[in-house]
Amino acid sequence: MKPPASLLLRCAALVLAFCAPFASAVGVGEGAPAFSLATSRGDTVTLDKLRGQVVYVDFWASWCGPCKRSFPWMNELTQRYGDKGFTIVAVNVDKKREDAERFLAQLPAQFTVVYDAAGTTPAAYAAKAMPSSYLIDRSGKIVMVEQGFRDEQKAAVETRIRDLLAAR
Amino acid sequence: MRRRDTLVLIALALACGGCASFDPPQPWEKGDLAKPDMQFDPDPLAAKAKQHIYQSKEGAGGGYGVGGGGCGCN
Repeated sequence: MKPPASLLLRCAALVLAFCAPFASAVGVGEGAPAFSLATSRGDTVTLDKLRGQVVYVDFWASWCGPCKRSFPWMNELTQRYGDKGFTIVAVNVDKKREDAERFLAQLPAQFTVVYDAAGTTPAAYAAKAMPSSYLIDRSGKIVMVEQGFRDEQKAAVETRIRDLLAAR
Repeated sequence: MRRRDTLVLIALALACGGCASFDPPQPWEKGDLAKPDMQFDPDPLAAKAKQHIYQSKEGAGGGYGVGGGGCGCN
């Protein structure tokens, strides 16, 4: 017996309805999703206000091993390019603020650290790994997405930062 | 016929709903999973010792990265 077309249609609609919530990831060439998050001192960091600078947004957590290795490197980048129009915004996603503070006591950050315990920012960026980093150019466009922290990638990211800073 | 359609649809909706209600944790939500207590072996040193004893009592060569002979003397 052939099922009536209306039943097939309704089934198709049902299946499609369940697929809808899976949003696509933010990729290279797209505008970086805006965010406005607080630092530990209560200052608010707004991505839009950093327009005109080269920004490196890094999502990290105290429980993430590779994040521990990325902090010294991000400190180096800040020392080298911090006064040349380059800003690192490290977004902490720990549920408990104390965990992040313990991490920062061991590995002090010379760059901006903001807190997003609710995880709305990594969700907006559809971060696929921890850490996930997004290099954003002066116009607010994502030019590079890094998933995880690998020593082999350090040179490539730094070259890209230098190129972006050189391009006026 | 219509009644059966409806029943089938309800069954389908329930089946799909069962799968949709499970949201796997996102990468930034895995803090609890990363805790040491969530490891298969919470204490690596104790696990190693246990493995060593098991191996020497069992009298067979290991495959777990722990040295041990087959004589039962170590």
